[in-house]
Amino acid sequence: MTLDLLVPLLFIFILAIFLGVEVISKVPSILHTPLMSGSNAISGITVVGALVAAGDGHNMLSTILGTAAVAFAMINVVGGYLVTNRMLEMFKKKEDEKK
Amino acid sequence: MNLTSFTAEMLYLIAGLLFVIGLKRMSKPKTARRGNLLSAFGMLLAIVGTLIHYQVIDWTYIVIGMLIGTFAGAILARVVKMTEMPQMVALLNGYGGLASLLVGWAEFHKQYENVLNPNVTHSIDTYTALTTFLTVVVGGLTFSGSVIAWAKLKEVMTGKPILFKGQQIVNAAILLFILAGGVLFTIDPINNYPIFIGLIAVGLLLGVTSVIPIGGADMPVVISLLNSYSGIAGCLAGFVIQNNALIVTGSLVGASGIILTNIMCKAMNRSLANVLFSGFGSVQTSKGSGEKGEVNPVNVEDAAAILEAAGSVCIVPGYGLAVAQAQHACRELAELLEKNGTEVRFAIHPVAGRMPGHMNVLLAEANVSYDHLYEMDAVNPIIETIDVCLVIGANDVVNPAAREDKTSPIFGMPIINVDYAKTVIVMKRSMATGFAGIENPLFYKENTRMLFGDAKNVLQGLVAEFKK
Repeated sequence: MTLDLLVPLLFIFILAIFLGVEVISKVPSILHTPLMSGSNAISGITVVGALVAAGDGHNMLSTILGTAAVAFAMINVVGGYLVTNRMLEMFKKKEDEKK
Repeated sequence: MNLTSFTAEMLYLIAGLLFVIGLKRMSKPKTARRGNLLSAFGMLLAIVGTLIHYQVIDWTYIVIGMLIGTFAGAILARVVKMTEMPQMVALLNGYGGLASLLVGWAEFHKQYENVLNPNVTHSIDTYTALTTFLTVVVGGLTFSGSVIAWAKLKEVMTGKPILFKGQQIVNAAILLFILAGGVLFTIDPINNYPIFIGLIAVGLLLGVTSVIPIGGADMPVVISLLNSYSGIAGCLAGFVIQNNALIVTGSLVGASGIILTNIMCKAMNRSLANVLFSGFGSVQTSKGSGEKGEVNPVNVEDAAAILEAAGSVCIVPGYGLAVAQAQHACRELAELLEKNGTEVRFAIHPVAGRMPGHMNVLLAEANVSYDHLYEMDAVNPIIETIDVCLVIGANDVVNPAAREDKTSPIFGMPIINVDYAKTVIVMKRSMATGFAGIENPLFYKENTRMLFGDAKNVLQGLVAEFKK
């Protein structure tokens, strides 16, 4: 049963890695910091798992762990996106400003 | 599959697509901001999808967690200074790792309680045990490693490599425990809860022992690597709870971190293993080749005169610029130079500063137009035609020993060849060596002038001279 489960997940995993390499190799070095903070925000997707753990009311320990996970993942999501936005706002060309 | 879970899966799919499109748009400064917003919208969809899919029994804790995280994140993002960006990213990496660890643990505990229930006959399968074990170890290591990186960047603890006797043995013992404990736990998860807790603790310990021997100047590599780990931890958590969104997204972030790590390593001409294990800079292997010669100091007035006479100036910023918060003064000087008819370029070494792209963000904050920023490879071919190279708080990335001195620990590292320019002005606090602790023969070259002082004060001095 477990192998049946593993194969499609592995498939997705490997393909996603290749996709990631293709897309990210094209990011120029001037945007490397926003890329990092932005990808950081995306890795806050763990919040999906955290929400399940915090909300299903299964047992106290799981709920506490889940709630903490939601909080930390949300810091990642909100902090990451906002700070990336703040940085990207600053990247301007001279001509853009004059417009 | 019922309708709600189908809807949720479709939302995950759209979210995943938006993440990819968002990252793709990061390839141009013009489209990057929209890309980031699209990506954020994708995250919102993923969260909504989760909330409709899983039967939420108790909303209290979800709301509490969401509120705390959202507020803390928003405040962090607002108050952080651009010079502190490396610390911020390190911290966010760490939180991502911690969240994955907690998800893995919560999921395991849930299944553990299930099994204790006498009405349930099934046990925890090997797949879940294995992926849970990997998630908590990688998540823990990401968290504690990031905290140490943060402390080093924040200078709460020394930026120098910390080495102790038997360090390798300790690391080997930790790895051995993880391996043995992992096997035991995977085979029989139910009866090995204490081992599971032990694995979490040891994963955390591994993060500490693997980052303390890495010096401040190598932080760009470490941050990139931890970024990658945080993605991998999320991806592993996705395997645990069998969620495609997590797996796809985690792998994207993992790949991004690995690419950046690779670029950073190449820019230092070192292998990843060398960065992680050598305790670079702790051993004074080379004191330079001996022939030191004279240093030519210059004062602010004379430096201003040199700059005023120059037809082209290339500014090479380094970590010193960030430390002195001198980016605005730097931009002001560049504007005055341009007004004076001088062609101004900024040349940025890939590992200048403490994280990938650190200098670009600082200069962008100071309103330097990004078409003035040049990569090392774009500047080196024309550097001989440049009248004055102004080095601000950079050291190792302009050290000609990397090119000339085979005994130097940084030999072979690609540098910006400022010494090929007609004149070099080096702005520096003192004659102390850089983070790597290596002598810099640039300071003794005939065409080099040393301008001592705090970068911000000196730059403001230059600006004042120009305004006279």
